[in-house]
Amino acid sequence: MVLASSASVRAETINAAGATFPAVIYQKWFQEYRKLHSDVQVNYQSIGSGAGIQQLTQGTVDFGASDMPMTNEQLAKVTKYKVLHFPTVMGGLVPTYNLPGMTDILNFTPETLAGIYLGTITKWSDARLKKDNPKAKLPDADITVVHRSDGSGTTFVWTDYLAKVSPDWKAKVGAGTSVAWPTGLGGKGNEGVAGTVKETPNSIGYVELIYAAQNKMAYGAVKNSAGEFVRADFDTVSEAAAGAAKNMPDDFRVSITNAPGKKAYPISSFTWLLIPNKFDNATKKNAIQGFLKWMLADGQKFAAGLDYAPLPKPVVDKEEKQIGMIQ
Amino acid sequence: MATAVIAAPPQPAARKFVKLLRDGDKAAHLITLIFAASVFLVTVFLVYELWVQSSPARAKFGFEFLFSKSWDPVAEKFGALPFIYGTVLTSLLALLISVPLAVGAAIFLSELAPPKLSNTCTFLVELLAAVPSVIYGLLAFFTLVPLMRIYIEPFLKKNLGFLPFFQGPAYGYGYLTAAMILSIMTFPFIISISRESLLAVPREQREAALALGATKWESTWQVVVPHARLGIIGSIFLALARALGETMAVTMVIGNDPAVHASLIAPGYTIAAIIANEFTEATGELYQGALVELGLVLFLITIILNAAAQLLIVATTKKGSKHD
Repeated sequence: MVLASSASVRAETINAAGATFPAVIYQKWFQEYRKLHSDVQVNYQSIGSGAGIQQLTQGTVDFGASDMPMTNEQLAKVTKYKVLHFPTVMGGLVPTYNLPGMTDILNFTPETLAGIYLGTITKWSDARLKKDNPKAKLPDADITVVHRSDGSGTTFVWTDYLAKVSPDWKAKVGAGTSVAWPTGLGGKGNEGVAGTVKETPNSIGYVELIYAAQNKMAYGAVKNSAGEFVRADFDTVSEAAAGAAKNMPDDFRVSITNAPGKKAYPISSFTWLLIPNKFDNATKKNAIQGFLKWMLADGQKFAAGLDYAPLPKPVVDKEEKQIGMIQ
Repeated sequence: MATAVIAAPPQPAARKFVKLLRDGDKAAHLITLIFAASVFLVTVFLVYELWVQSSPARAKFGFEFLFSKSWDPVAEKFGALPFIYGTVLTSLLALLISVPLAVGAAIFLSELAPPKLSNTCTFLVELLAAVPSVIYGLLAFFTLVPLMRIYIEPFLKKNLGFLPFFQGPAYGYGYLTAAMILSIMTFPFIISISRESLLAVPREQREAALALGATKWESTWQVVVPHARLGIIGSIFLALARALGETMAVTMVIGNDPAVHASLIAPGYTIAAIIANEFTEATGELYQGALVELGLVLFLITIILNAAAQLLIVATTKKGSKHD
């Protein structure tokens, strides 16, 4: 007791590493939290989800962060403690395209997106695309497909969605942070995909919603599981989480792509903090618990300003209970 | 024997040591030996680490790794062929473009240009050599790629499209674009070093050639250039090393498609590019092992090409000495 209280006077440095997509809001959160609690300093390195999971497994960081939940295999490798998943914010992925002169917002179905990325739909004037976009003047041009060349949580979400909606995709390609793309060009990072799409007429790519919004890129609507064409924004992405919240597993390891709900945007995803359930150091434990409580309450207010979709209420309530499991 | 040999008084060890230091020769020898040994140690350590870290992939795939074309992280099937092909192809293409241009430029700057022009150009060349590669990548991404897509690739397809090297859609991204930016990046290296070695050719050699009635160009091409050939070949292999290992600029324009295409305008991939792209998110021992093994392969390619360079130098030197 005496040791713990005397230690808490000094600033406690907590090291964390992982996903790049939520890095902007994480840095903001850690900064704001430091203002309120000068004794807690979190160093966050945005080195990628895979690297974050690896560092957590090796015990070189206090907690990790990832755009995809850890697999059972990965969890089994962590022997010192159990890893708890805490969803923090949400993001959506949008199909962005460069069609010179196109002013209509294009509609995509799961079938057309999978077809384009499988290389079975090769022209913009394909009958399947025309059917969903009766008014748009689609050119008789080859589609240049653009995907991420670097391994990323973004690619995981995109391929996870395609694998869910297309049996063909699931059999031939599957889901992962990097996959064997059947067709297309690779761009490095969101900026690489966005740049390649901007520079290449008649191309299509996928980027984070926040990236498309901040760079004013054209992006299409996607048909969700209720059969509605929905365009990504904070509300439709949050709606996807609300739809999934009813069936939320206790460990929060859930993919919310193709979620139910009339307004739900189908290519949405959580991003998670990966927190050990046991800390040897009581000061660290208290600091992390305090931060999590603050993040779920006040921290969520920063989300919209930074173009992230905030968590829906039922998910927040459920997570608050999980904080108590950290010992 | 008036001058009897007087036995030197026994020196204490400490004084001996101080004397050693003051003389400097032995100390300098020892210290520089350690520095030199560190080069050897770093190389050994590098190979050892690459070897150990790649063991999961080596155990699983064996030599098949070098010849397999599939790169599928989901199914955990890894093969190096598309990357070896892309790396060697883009580097050699780059040299094919840059060597004649750069050696020509070096000859002009050292032998023919007025000193003022030569100095200005040399300054610019050295400036270009210091530009970080990501800047070249941006330049290529925004100017070279559209140029290739709109003008050069359609032109090649129209006029040489019957060859398998210029078929397929004109994306602007691909082997040829990567080779072009690599040739621009290696250009200043070759000029800079070639010019230095041309300037180092003794004045007497030129004067002797001119005195024998050779024209200015004959003396340059038949006397000065052969005399400086070691330096020129050295510059070319330094440029090759840079081209093989270049990462950022290449990944921005090559299209990052792990496949083997005969067409030079098709997208491809290189070893350095895929390591940089996929390492951070590579999960699983096999996946990471495969990426490290690619690093090992790149190291081997560099060694093989350097050995080839040494052989080339030995061969040309022998041939040269017979003529002398």
